Amino acid sequence: MIEGIHWNLSSPLAFALSILPILGLGLIVTIEATLLGFLIALVLGLVLALLRRSRSRFIAWPVGAVIEFLRDTPLLVQLYFLYFVLPKYGILLPAFLTGALALGVQYSAYLSEVYRAGLDAVRRGQIEAAIALNMTRARIYRDIVIPQAIPRIVPALGNYLVSMLKDTPILSVVTVMEMLGLAKIIGDRTFRYLIPLTIVGAIFLVLTMAATAGIRRLERSLPKTGIRMR
Amino acid sequence: MNDFSAVPATEPIRPIIRFDNVTKKFGDLTVLDHFDFSVTPGEKVSLIGPSGSGKSTVLRILMTLEPVQEGNIEIDGLNYHEQGGHGPFRASQKHLHEIRSRVGMVFQSFNLFPHMSVLRNVIEAPVAVLGLPRKEAVERALDLLDMVGLAGKRDSFPAQLSGGQQQRVAIARALAMRPRVLLFDEPTSALDPELVGEVLGVIGALAHEHDLTMLLVTHEMRFARDVSDRVCFFDKGRIVEQGPPSEIFSQPQEQRTQEFLRSFVD
Repeated sequence: MIEGIHWNLSSPLAFALSILPILGLGLIVTIEATLLGFLIALVLGLVLALLRRSRSRFIAWPVGAVIEFLRDTPLLVQLYFLYFVLPKYGILLPAFLTGALALGVQYSAYLSEVYRAGLDAVRRGQIEAAIALNMTRARIYRDIVIPQAIPRIVPALGNYLVSMLKDTPILSVVTVMEMLGLAKIIGDRTFRYLIPLTIVGAIFLVLTMAATAGIRRLERSLPKTGIRMR
Repeated sequence: MNDFSAVPATEPIRPIIRFDNVTKKFGDLTVLDHFDFSVTPGEKVSLIGPSGSGKSTVLRILMTLEPVQEGNIEIDGLNYHEQGGHGPFRASQKHLHEIRSRVGMVFQSFNLFPHMSVLRNVIEAPVAVLGLPRKEAVERALDLLDMVGLAGKRDSFPAQLSGGQQQRVAIARALAMRPRVLLFDEPTSALDPELVGEVLGVIGALAHEHDLTMLLVTHEMRFARDVSDRVCFFDKGRIVEQGPPSEIFSQPQEQRTQEFLRSFVD
């Protein structure tokens, strides 16, 4: 029994059906962690990308170092660090938030590179025209550069979304009961691993295919020239 | 003896643009070499000369798109450099905005914002920078689009327009900011030959605006002759010869000018 739900070992099919509700609870956690983690990565990644483009070396250089550090150290190290080290300094977060934060922070470093490539691809003449119209730097980014960069970066963002989804099982090491963690517990208690793990694999396959299809649709619906402004 | 001889009959007109001993380099390449230049308010000046002679750079410096290494530049009595200013432009962002509020620019490659409708291209800066209410900005934009003959295209996107139409929208967009000085950087060089006329027509009509100071970098010699008060021939980062178009085109004094103009004779 887990979370008040009993399993039925009478037949493989009955077992599979009886553990589905348990794995369903894990699925919700998996999706929530991915969405929250990706939201953090989207926002923090943009902030990092913009800071790295700062004209001041005293901002751009340290931010570049932080991005490199986040990209070049394992997710598990960063997760353990947030989970075990931060509480020593009085920062106590629920395990789920710690996990989503770890995902979000590491992926923000990846996404900052995606943003950077997208921002660099906007033609120099666009920025010059905006300067000639006396727009402020903030306005140039908000209304000229970022709307034109978005269609170029959506495919890469989609890849990282799928990748993050597949990284969520790592949260089980800090007691977050997502899908794979629950499947492992079911296996430990029933000595039957094949069915729970197969189901989890199948659910991940469906999730990633759905996410990929969603991203393709979004890509096609975006005008190549940028987010439309009338 | 005339008592009035000591007093000039008219005050000399204060130039709206002044370059004083300006040197501009790209790496080892000197693009402007101890360059002096001034323009009086309302004057229409054409800059001609071989490519790489520094004429476009003059416009880009005025638009604060390029910093200079040496010398002083002034617009409307406002020095480009601030006392104790930092950065490549030796001026604060606030000061640069102050300068830019006086200048507009039309680019060779139009540089319309491709994700914005024609109308939005024209009202974007008046609303965002000047703080005009949207309704007023739209009214002004429609007047300007009407002037360039494109009021019917307000809801189109730049990709749906011909090059000539795009450049006319770009002119309307620059005018919407009501600059005192309008810079044209080879405005017809990227156009198919059959589209050049419509753009020159709009610029020519603007040349009758007495308040607007215009600087035009162009290879359209006939047009330069028709619209300019003064033509400046550039070579190797200096003005080799300048004067009214009738003089420059009919009896150029310098050998370089003669050679250059000869290459344009059909």
